[in-house]
Amino acid sequence: MSDFPSSAELDALRLSLEVAARSVGFSLPLAVLAAWVLTRARFPGRPVLDAFVHLPLVLPPVAVGYVLLILFGVHGVIGGWLRDRLGIQLAFTTAGAALATAVMTFPLMVRAIRMALENVDLGLEAAARTLGAGPWDRFFTITLPLMLPGILAGAVTAFAAGLGEFGAVITFASNIPGATRTLPLALYTAIQSPGGDAPATRLAILSIVLGLLGLLAAELLARRMRRFLGR
Amino acid sequence: MLRVAVLKQQGRFTLRARFEAPTPGIVAFFGRSGCGKTTLVNIISGLLTPDEGSVRLDDSVLTDTGSGIAVPVETRRIGYVFQDPRLFPHFSVLGNLRYGQKRAAPATHSISFDEVVALLGLAALLDRQPQQLSGGERQRVALGRALLSQPRLLLLDEPLASLDVARREEVLPYLEALRDRLSIPMVYVSHQFDEVLRLANHVVLMDSGTVVAQGTLGEVSLRPELRALVGPDGVGAVLDGVVTKTDPGRGMADLQLGNGTLYVSLRDVGVGARVRVQLLARDIILATELPRGLSVQNTLKGIVTEVSDDDQDAVLVKVDVGGAIVLARITQNALDTLHLSAGRSVWVLIKAVSTRGHAFRM
Repeated sequence: MSDFPSSAELDALRLSLEVAARSVGFSLPLAVLAAWVLTRARFPGRPVLDAFVHLPLVLPPVAVGYVLLILFGVHGVIGGWLRDRLGIQLAFTTAGAALATAVMTFPLMVRAIRMALENVDLGLEAAARTLGAGPWDRFFTITLPLMLPGILAGAVTAFAAGLGEFGAVITFASNIPGATRTLPLALYTAIQSPGGDAPATRLAILSIVLGLLGLLAAELLARRMRRFLGR
Repeated sequence: MLRVAVLKQQGRFTLRARFEAPTPGIVAFFGRSGCGKTTLVNIISGLLTPDEGSVRLDDSVLTDTGSGIAVPVETRRIGYVFQDPRLFPHFSVLGNLRYGQKRAAPATHSISFDEVVALLGLAALLDRQPQQLSGGERQRVALGRALLSQPRLLLLDEPLASLDVARREEVLPYLEALRDRLSIPMVYVSHQFDEVLRLANHVVLMDSGTVVAQGTLGEVSLRPELRALVGPDGVGAVLDGVVTKTDPGRGMADLQLGNGTLYVSLRDVGVGARVRVQLLARDIILATELPRGLSVQNTLKGIVTEVSDDDQDAVLVKVDVGGAIVLARITQNALDTLHLSAGRSVWVLIKAVSTRGHAFRM
């Protein structure tokens, strides 16, 4: 127990933070778009899109990882194109781990943002309209700022959940030390190794501390935002 | 001229409205809650599209379903003050005021920021957040915000409805100031006749989705359709007069109405001021001979022009008192006793204290 955390544990911690942060970065604009479409747009296929967005919530994460492998794998439909045209490889990389995490946490984020959007008073948007603001102008000056608390809440929740994503990541991005071995993967590896009880315990404690900090930060942020919006 | 002729079906409710009102000036949409006033205002603003019809302001067509014209709300330049203030909670008062001003084309700027702030008394509020304001202050900021968007027409949808009586008095004088100092045409929606009396010069009377009467306030005040909305005690001719003499010591003034002069209770007005009074029909006494020794201050000679049934017990008598028409509500019995009918000469007795007067600056 001389060096806690060890460099391998630090690597896992850093990697978890990086993967979660990148996944939030990936999915945030898309989640805002999806939330907007699901709340405001009226089109025939809406329930189908709604179900599709929520699919990762009910699927086994391993299945999600496997589907990603088929699509984004080195020989996958999209993965092959990405590699040939842009030289990007996602499978078995940190970026891939972030993609898998993004897909898994996407429904959480959309739900939070959608709730925020539903709470935005349409009357305020109508007022902005009468004051000369066009659709994009209204979105960026009225709708988006008023949704900000929900967007932040969604981002923080997705980030916190992303720190612990396991099944999809290990299936799509594998368990490569320093590249895709995040905290939960390192924890799993430790449990699988003989005499890994002590490192496993340390990693578990690290996860708990991280989770607590995340939740406290989310609460603090939410309070700040509420004050900013004067509620 | 604001010219509107529209049809709009909303579930079971049908709005079928047609009216014309002069610009500039304040036209009041007066009617009960649910009669379609707000729907009509929303159609004028462009927030609602009529099923059929057109909206024209001066020489521009804003909506015309026949030729497919529908100027988008954001380019219509029609200011809208809603029942609830709808201030943006994430902007300060200053930010709210500037929102519309920034988006108005510079060429259209005719009302300056300083002018609006002075006119509405907003100087002390600029740094505050909307949630730190009282209801009356919020509505004043909403007014200022709409004005600064440099509108060609200002829509006011019951802007005082969400305020209690004391707070209304915090806003009404500002509305009067806007009317008197700016030349922006306004549509004022209300179900309170005293607000209409204080502000409007043209009235569109609405009932269950249709326009039942329209005209100047004076004309509409004589219309039988108004009675259903204001009740028997609210009926009375509205007359615009000019102050010819004042008696500040007694708080009285002489008011020129048509060819006659009315002596009324009125303070804080100068000679030459335009004053609007409503002579409630229930307070007016008719006599066939010149009475003497009465406390009544005004005895005007007139000719009965029309007698109409008001309800079971009373009749409404229209009397021309030299260019101005007054309404008197008397019992059927009194009518029979005095043998009143059209063409008959009468004396009209008006108590000086029973007139509701409002000063105008025009």
